[in-house]
Amino acid sequence: MKKTNNSNVLEVKDLNVDFSTYGGTVKAVRGVSYNVRKGKTLGVVGESGCGKSVTVQAILQLIPMPPGRITSGSAKLNGKEMIGLSPKDINTIRGREIGVIFQDPMSSLNPTMKIGKQIAETVKVHQHASNDEAMQKAIALLEKTKIPEAAKRAQQYPFEFSGGMLQRASIAMSLACDPTLLVADEPTTALDVTIQSQTLEIMHALQQNMGMSIILITHDLGVIAKMAHDVAVMYAGQVIEAGPVDDIFYRSSHPYTLGLRHAMPTNIEGADRKLMPIDGSPPDLFKPPAGCGYYARCPYAMRVCEKHNPEEFTISGKHFARCWLQHSSAPKVEGELFQIGHTENA
Amino acid sequence: MNTIIETKDLKKYFQIGKNRIVHATDGLSVTIGENEIVGLVGESGSGKSTFGKAVVGLHDKTSGEVWYKGELTPAHFTPADYKKYSTEMQMIFQDPYSSLNPRMTVLEIIGEGLHLQGGFTHADIKEKVAEWLRRVGLQPDHMSRYCHEFSGGQRQRIGIARALVLNPKFVVCDEPISALDVSVQAQVVNLLGEFRDTLGISLLFIAHDLSMVRYVSDRIIVMYLGALVEIGKADEVFFHPQHPYTRLLIASNPEADPEYERKHPHVPIKGEIPSPINIPPGCRFAGRCPEVMDDCHKITPKLVMKNDSHGAACLLYA
Repeated sequence: MKKTNNSNVLEVKDLNVDFSTYGGTVKAVRGVSYNVRKGKTLGVVGESGCGKSVTVQAILQLIPMPPGRITSGSAKLNGKEMIGLSPKDINTIRGREIGVIFQDPMSSLNPTMKIGKQIAETVKVHQHASNDEAMQKAIALLEKTKIPEAAKRAQQYPFEFSGGMLQRASIAMSLACDPTLLVADEPTTALDVTIQSQTLEIMHALQQNMGMSIILITHDLGVIAKMAHDVAVMYAGQVIEAGPVDDIFYRSSHPYTLGLRHAMPTNIEGADRKLMPIDGSPPDLFKPPAGCGYYARCPYAMRVCEKHNPEEFTISGKHFARCWLQHSSAPKVEGELFQIGHTENA
Repeated sequence: MNTIIETKDLKKYFQIGKNRIVHATDGLSVTIGENEIVGLVGESGSGKSTFGKAVVGLHDKTSGEVWYKGELTPAHFTPADYKKYSTEMQMIFQDPYSSLNPRMTVLEIIGEGLHLQGGFTHADIKEKVAEWLRRVGLQPDHMSRYCHEFSGGQRQRIGIARALVLNPKFVVCDEPISALDVSVQAQVVNLLGEFRDTLGISLLFIAHDLSMVRYVSDRIIVMYLGALVEIGKADEVFFHPQHPYTRLLIASNPEADPEYERKHPHVPIKGEIPSPINIPPGCRFAGRCPEVMDDCHKITPKLVMKNDSHGAACLLYA
């Protein structure tokens, strides 16, 4: 996944983000690299606090700096470096080339402004359209996200919308300038499964029609399985496994990825197994461990894992895992986790 | 199996203005057996939590009855009733952040129920709290801490310890895992299952994560807009749903299996759950149902049992 070529919309390389707090410096993102392919969806999955949101927020300069700080790394959007851009320059990218959808639509929209006006504002700022044109575009966008009676709804305030409708409105807003990349940060976590399914369907259809790329940040492996083409699994500020979606699900190679899958029930009739929670909690990123971040919770931890951070071991093609078990001289593990992980292959 | 909870046509309405009544829970008759876990699923606004709260007495009942071990519970709980039933029925809340008082230590939070029951010395309470902290997988020396020092999963365990310290026989778990990470959800779910086995308690497990509900529950109740639409053994309801709503709800649940998702592209359920204010007659799901018939708008369907455990309230089976 490291080679630079034109088919990648976004290439993040070795990004490090720190936060200075009273308690010390938190190393929230520790050398994250991933690529987003053109017209494809990259699913970023991990637990709360693993750095999955901070990575994109840092690139888009959406985190306050200070206390946040990008200590090193690069992020190229269509070959153009984004790290270190001035607030003015980043503003021309945010909203125009990259659209963002946040988790909680109620708090990401202005409660005192009509929905249509909020969307029209984006159009006006980026495309220098007149008020009327911008409003027409806003209504067209609401129609695109399948909001019924869009013209009437555009004249309503956010509190008059349901959660699912609000999330559609924020999708409409993020699409205002036909972005090449859509960042969706837990877009359906606050929604019911039925509304989640509608929202994902809309995102999917829009991707088909407009050919944009999506970064889908979520902790739900079901959503990943439904939407993603590529997956990056994050843990303790690092990408610990990444690759095409089938490799991640059917040939999971990092004990954490396997652990996540075994913590969820599978819905196969008559084939129940006990859920296996991952014991312990993620490491303290005030003092990130010298070795593998998953060492303390890993059932297969070896001595080398404690002191040395594993490199990216290629499993096949673009699929890699940061785990010493993948080293050629590591013992072959045929534990229960791996057994199940590999037999569900379709 | 002995019945621990039986509700008969339980209704809870909220008056929110002149002629505007929210039919939150509209006539549920269900039973929960001893040592049984019953899952309750439905979209937000379907009245799941209202039902759970009405059963344990946190809401006054508009009408209908709740029987606990063959004894009719009052429609309106007085402080004396709360005291009496607190050792029998308890509740675990959804949000482990807002349901624990930030100004109380863990000892005060978990020990408060024992203190209010009376008859325990300070040392007794401390000992019991320590025991329960161990049982939920925390350390006894955590009792002097405040809850902001704990993670979400740990707080939810404190909430579980608070509910179980009084040895209740029946616990309503109102979305106990939806605020937690996947890896932590499994810890909490396994813990609840373990307590069912070791303490013999019954649980009403309210959640919207269908896979998790199927995993923990013996039986599942599906609610829509205040009414029961389907009931049955967990696997019957999940793998052989009868009601069109249950079918769509289960199909909406994304499987963590990309191959399966590619092979089963599904049409999302259309529309949203309507307002529970002044509900029209007929089937409540008629407006969104892909298999709607003329009669659905006129006749309110009754629960039709397919076998002695599994049934649905749908005119397709009437």
